[in-house]
Amino acid sequence: MAMIRGIFLTYGFATGLLATPAAWAQEKFITVASTTSTEQSGLFKHLLPVFEKKTGIQVRVVALGTGQALDMARRGDADVVFVHAKSAEEKFLAEGHGVKRFPVMYNDFILVGPKSDPAKVAGGKDILDALRKIEAAAAPFVSRGDRSGTHIAELDLWKMAGIDIARDKGPWYRDTGQGMGPALNTASSMNAYILADRGTWLSFKNRGDLAIVVEGDQRLFNQYGVMLVNPAKHPHVKKALGQAFVDWVVSSDGQKTIAGYKIGGEQLFFPNAASTR
Amino acid sequence: MGDILLALSEAARLIGRFDANLVAIVALSLEVSLAAVVIATVVGLPVGAVIGVTRFRGRQTLIAVLNGLMGLPPVVVGLLVYLLLSRAGPLGQLGLLFTPVAMVIAQAILVAPIIAALSRQVIEDAWREYEEQLRSLGAGPVASALTLIWDTRFSIVTIVLAGFGRAAAEVGAVIIVGGNIDGVTRVMTTAIALETSKGDLPLALGLGIILVSLVLAINAAAQWVKETAQRRYG
Amino acid sequence: MLPLALDAVCFAARGRTIIDRVSCEIGTGPRTVILGPNGAGKSVLMRLCHGLLQPTSGTIAWQGTHETRRPREQAMVFQRPVMLRRSVLANVVYGLKLAGVSRAERELRARDVLDVVGLADRAGRPARVLSGGEQQRLALARAWAPGPEVLFLDEPTANLDPGATREVEYIIGQIHASGTKIIMTTHNLGQARRFADEILFLNEGRLAERAPAGQFFKQPASAEAASFIKGELPWQ
Repeated sequence: MAMIRGIFLTYGFATGLLATPAAWAQEKFITVASTTSTEQSGLFKHLLPVFEKKTGIQVRVVALGTGQALDMARRGDADVVFVHAKSAEEKFLAEGHGVKRFPVMYNDFILVGPKSDPAKVAGGKDILDALRKIEAAAAPFVSRGDRSGTHIAELDLWKMAGIDIARDKGPWYRDTGQGMGPALNTASSMNAYILADRGTWLSFKNRGDLAIVVEGDQRLFNQYGVMLVNPAKHPHVKKALGQAFVDWVVSSDGQKTIAGYKIGGEQLFFPNAASTR
Repeated sequence: MGDILLALSEAARLIGRFDANLVAIVALSLEVSLAAVVIATVVGLPVGAVIGVTRFRGRQTLIAVLNGLMGLPPVVVGLLVYLLLSRAGPLGQLGLLFTPVAMVIAQAILVAPIIAALSRQVIEDAWREYEEQLRSLGAGPVASALTLIWDTRFSIVTIVLAGFGRAAAEVGAVIIVGGNIDGVTRVMTTAIALETSKGDLPLALGLGIILVSLVLAINAAAQWVKETAQRRYG
Repeated sequence: MLPLALDAVCFAARGRTIIDRVSCEIGTGPRTVILGPNGAGKSVLMRLCHGLLQPTSGTIAWQGTHETRRPREQAMVFQRPVMLRRSVLANVVYGLKLAGVSRAERELRARDVLDVVGLADRAGRPARVLSGGEQQRLALARAWAPGPEVLFLDEPTANLDPGATREVEYIIGQIHASGTKIIMTTHNLGQARRFADEILFLNEGRLAERAPAGQFFKQPASAEAASFIKGELPWQ
């Protein structure tokens, strides 16, 4: 009967549709767990095609917060981890989930704030001083609050400034639990201060009244590390392909490619695999 | 207002350029949602039909559960499927995480209860009208269910379209199980989420306009097919 | 399959007794009409005989067994016909398919039957656009096509105008002439007079009287039947 034919056609169609993506799974690829801020900076669009062309290995980046990215790797769902939170990365290594950590590059954080600058911090060179002024003035401040590298860096800075932010925060401190982009959106609409990575800021289009108020302080430098997920703990990790990526990223070719990435003529990431940070 | 006008011009620019990236994203969105709806219908429609025409203990409870499942939050389904497909999970060996197949699975799980619950209601209503006649003619439960599915086909098409709309519109499930990987698992809704979080609101809105237009076009086409068929078969 | 034997059949629903200890035996031959006022339980009795309902107590047996074999052996036409959302021809073919008729034979038989009921020229039209009388004729065609031994009809013309009623009655007569046993309910005295060979008079769930038609109308044995014929018991 016509209906039976219809049912068979449907099954065939569905299987066909499912088979197409499954075929994609046959090519050489690795899964890299990284952060939303790195992806949104546009670095991968610039960096990965060079690697793929050279080795024929497709790199699939899943962009999450640093905490989530490391957790994803702990579950064995990634082959390589590429994040920027040294203490969290070292904990990851200590737990046995990673093989070895290689420094790759650094970018910097900047303090962004409203042009009206209620805490009077614009143009300063000292981030700790600026944070103290913001706390004293109870000026609106947006935090990412999502265990990301940026969030951890922000918390470290408050500590260095001598402020127990968990205790001293008031309604001026907005803990949003969001990625860099959404947090910037929130800061823009609230006219608040926010600690951001330069890469996301440069590509961010919804700036409203916000501008860079403090930059260049050494303490704002953000170090990236790359690790191969430990095949001893997660046997299906693509060891050879993942190692190829790690090796390339710290090689002079990879480092040069990183340095070549610019937004509006400005270099975003500074390769430092040779150093021991 | 300015943002919306910008968005409209962004949408026009993207379509006019036939941006290769956009075409790939649109194609993947349609493939994933269509595959999900097909699977959800193949699973959900017979379930709804059988529940509609049979009587058994616990039927009312089952119906309540089925109706409730229509409201499954996509992000919860995404999380559950993620845990299932993760390497650390029971089905990790399949290596399906972060592939379009995972997205199809998640969306099928979301849509199947909608198809089952709504078709159950439609077929149960029809069964009230048809039951005596079909039983008199000698149709058993399976034959009756099939006959009713065919006789209520216009309502069923509307239900399938509702399922498709749900699949095409959701982002919570596919972003978790797909990972929004550029070129592999990025679909319209996850692309919109990404552009929004990057602050490129006109682009995000432009993509949104394209998505809505596509879904509207599909619905219009289906409506035309229904009207034509209805005129021929009453 | 005939005779159909009912033995102390009762049917109760929601605390009300609808059929009250009905016993009778219906055999081949005469056009049997179950007559009675509205609410007498005629429709329920039909459904019990056809097997759509199970008696609360008592037995219903065909030719000594308790099986009912549908639809080749017995079919039913309802007061309101339910047409499938497909063509006139397809509706009849559907019934034949369920009856197990081979694919090759189905369309041929369907067209034959449609010819008899006068719907041959509308075979390709959607069944749902037919008028009430035409749909009832289609229902007759569909029920009759597999060649059942018994045809039950539950107030088949109650919703039809006089012209359509006459057409339908004529067709039922033809079906009877072809050898099918007719068991029909009605509350319409005129129809019963026109059509019946024997009358089973049902009142308040009880079989009040059974007699050949001529005798029933001239000299009803029961008081209820007499009142009904005189027009004093139309509704309940």
